[in-house]
Amino acid sequence: MSPQEENQVPPGPEASTAPTATTGPEAPTSEQTLLQRIMTGNALVAFLSVVLSLILGGLLIAVTDPAVGRASSYFFTRPQDTLGAAWSAASNAYIALFQGSVINVRGTTFTSVIYPLTQTLTVATPLICAGLGVALAFRAGLFNIGAQGQILIGATFAAWVGFTLHLPAGLHLLLVVLAGMVGGAVWAGLVGLLKARTGAHEVILTIMFNYIATNLVLYFLSTPAFQRPGSTNPISPQLDDTAVYPLLLGPAFRLHWGFVVAVVATVFVWWLLNRSTVGFELRAVGANPSAARTAGISVSKGYILAMAIAGALAGLAGVAQVSGTEQVLTSGVAASFGFDAITVALLGRSSPWGTFAAGILFGAFRAGGVTMQASTGTSIDIVLVVQSLIVLFIAAPPLVRALFRLPVPGAAGRGSTPRTPVSTGAAA
Amino acid sequence: MSTATTTATATGAGTSGVRSWKNPIILSVVALFCLVVFALGAPGNSVTFRLSEADDAIVLPAIVVSAPIIGWVCTLVMLALAVLAVGRTRAGVRTPTWVPAVFAVLFFIAFLTWVVGSARTPNVALYGLLAGSVTLAVPLIFGSLSGVLCERSGVVNIAIEGQLLFGAFAAAVAASLSGSAVVGLVAAAAAGVLVSLVLAVFSIRYVVNQVIVGVVLNVLVSGLTGFLFSAVLSEDSQRWNSPPRLPVIRIPFLADIPIIGPILFEQTVVGYLMYVAVAVVYVALYHSRWGLRTRAVGEHPKAADTLGVNVNRRRFMNVLLAGVVAGVGGSFFTLVAVSGFGKDMTAGQGYIALAALIFGRWNPIGAFFAALLFGFATNLSNVLSLLGTPVPDQFLRMLPYVVTVFAVAGLVGRSRAPGASGIPYIKG
Repeated sequence: MSPQEENQVPPGPEASTAPTATTGPEAPTSEQTLLQRIMTGNALVAFLSVVLSLILGGLLIAVTDPAVGRASSYFFTRPQDTLGAAWSAASNAYIALFQGSVINVRGTTFTSVIYPLTQTLTVATPLICAGLGVALAFRAGLFNIGAQGQILIGATFAAWVGFTLHLPAGLHLLLVVLAGMVGGAVWAGLVGLLKARTGAHEVILTIMFNYIATNLVLYFLSTPAFQRPGSTNPISPQLDDTAVYPLLLGPAFRLHWGFVVAVVATVFVWWLLNRSTVGFELRAVGANPSAARTAGISVSKGYILAMAIAGALAGLAGVAQVSGTEQVLTSGVAASFGFDAITVALLGRSSPWGTFAAGILFGAFRAGGVTMQASTGTSIDIVLVVQSLIVLFIAAPPLVRALFRLPVPGAAGRGSTPRTPVSTGAAA
Repeated sequence: MSTATTTATATGAGTSGVRSWKNPIILSVVALFCLVVFALGAPGNSVTFRLSEADDAIVLPAIVVSAPIIGWVCTLVMLALAVLAVGRTRAGVRTPTWVPAVFAVLFFIAFLTWVVGSARTPNVALYGLLAGSVTLAVPLIFGSLSGVLCERSGVVNIAIEGQLLFGAFAAAVAASLSGSAVVGLVAAAAAGVLVSLVLAVFSIRYVVNQVIVGVVLNVLVSGLTGFLFSAVLSEDSQRWNSPPRLPVIRIPFLADIPIIGPILFEQTVVGYLMYVAVAVVYVALYHSRWGLRTRAVGEHPKAADTLGVNVNRRRFMNVLLAGVVAGVGGSFFTLVAVSGFGKDMTAGQGYIALAALIFGRWNPIGAFFAALLFGFATNLSNVLSLLGTPVPDQFLRMLPYVVTVFAVAGLVGRSRAPGASGIPYIKG
């Protein structure tokens, strides 16, 4: 691809994007270059991807709204009714989403006004932790789809320590956190080991390990060691008070110290990847395993280590659930955080702080989605649609640029040659 | 991947060179396990396998065997085979391929006898067990054929789950609206193609990582169908979600053959299509010009391109074709298994199909039998939970996944992915 781009560097992007008129020719030169930089940057593509996904989600809400359906039956006599109903359906849903995730403008007390924001951070906590795990493995060249299973096993370990051992405060919580990390690390490290030893593909392994973990947890929850005494339901006893994260902002909010742990984890991953030798080796393995091997870096060790750390991070997400939000082990303790973590890491472009931000964004979607579903009846599944669309668009910057007619960085004609087979293929 | 595997085994085996101790060791360990569990731990009673129902046209007598005798005979033969494998390896001769095959069959018989014998009622309808396995395997087989078509041409298809789910959804809606199951079948194929189209556009046209697109597509389809299900389908399920079922077509006389009659000659259109699809894909892939070119594009796209094959167009077409296959498989859920769509009703079958594809070594026939095995494991756990068995239900349910882990780790045979699978082709 690079030679092609080099060959096709045009004298100036203006020539190719003349009809768009987004960059006005009358603008001063220095401003023009700055504007160009913004127009071609990744940040703008990311922003536009979010906007585009929200628009598509809004369209979906509007199209399926019953009021819109009723108004559309007389669309040709009064089209404004249909459009108005569509607008109110989509905007009401999004306003509810916003109020459920950022600030509740109808709140009377300060607590009720900022409560949604703390809810967002609470939901974001496991997403950030697990997302960091996926991102870290990704930097080492491993596609870790197994966060779901790692969260489950981590949560199982943590919960067992939490309700079986009875220890003084502080020490107990520390052990719970460690147990969760160990659980996740062992589960993921096994994948790393198999990958390093046998060359098996980690995507398949992690998918299979997810299902094995789900069944294992279901099995554990049917044994006396895990089952709540006197109950036959698959639910564990409540964790000890000494084993749960203290609340961060007092009893009015559900936000717990797990969020602080998530922030610490983000800093740690940033340090690990960017400032430590181990992180350098992991990135080298991810960038080019053969080159890393030539440079004397053990690729096998890198795979095992990357998976183990990734698993430990996902285990932290399990701890956040079992020792923070839920305080009890069920088979649904991981919800779909492990799968959402993949989209979080992709949206965050596998950088620690990007993942952190993406985790908060998706936490907001999820927290707000609950409110939205309750107040406007819009199914929370729309959040999944919007999330996956965001990741799809961000993964394909040329598509977003083409849709918004943005200038292409470097090569202007990149899309012109391969377009032909695609259109013929699509037509058939 | 083949080079990675060979280097891994070579370094792992140390000085032994080409002589691989993997097979004999595994056979010995499994044989000893059988000695302890199936022979020494055999239940004392006899086991009844019923071959036909009392009112069938041809009634076969039930097979009644003694569990300890079967356990001991199978185990002793397995031990002998393990000793044979060890001896052959010591002598530096390759173990014949029939040894592991016979070993597997014996293990299967011993396991089945032991597990049914240990149940509360040691009496099982073998014909029902087998017929149910085939029924459960139908969507898996379609899914893994979709994977074969994609991966053989060099595109990893993680989106099988999404194709199946969207096919199921479209089949339910189209069949409900039109009142015709056949229309539903066509709509399912179209829906599969739609998912494929997104996969192809993003992974081939925009060169996005194929695994990312697949994973995100699964989330997108899950969210989209879930949203539409709660916003539209469940609002008026009489209109949107009450599809007619496909009728079972019984071929006279042939369907009366005991055991295999109902499996082969008493199916719905989808069931017959499944057999046709396996045969067609197999013949086309290995005995046609299209197949040769497809495999070339998947193994060594540059060579194929040099010889005048349009690599990306072929990939595009094959991915779309895979969508047809998986979409039809998806219709099984709403037109055959149950009448109506449910949220996330494919429940990870697409991922099991992926596992079947790998366990079947990227070969349509292999995938067919792997899917049958997985269907059998699922059906066995269903049947055994009714009979009352000492093996926890969850362990039987995780069997397909554990088997797949062993398969991809190279412990059960060697599975090698097509050379260029997952690698986008950029001309130049």
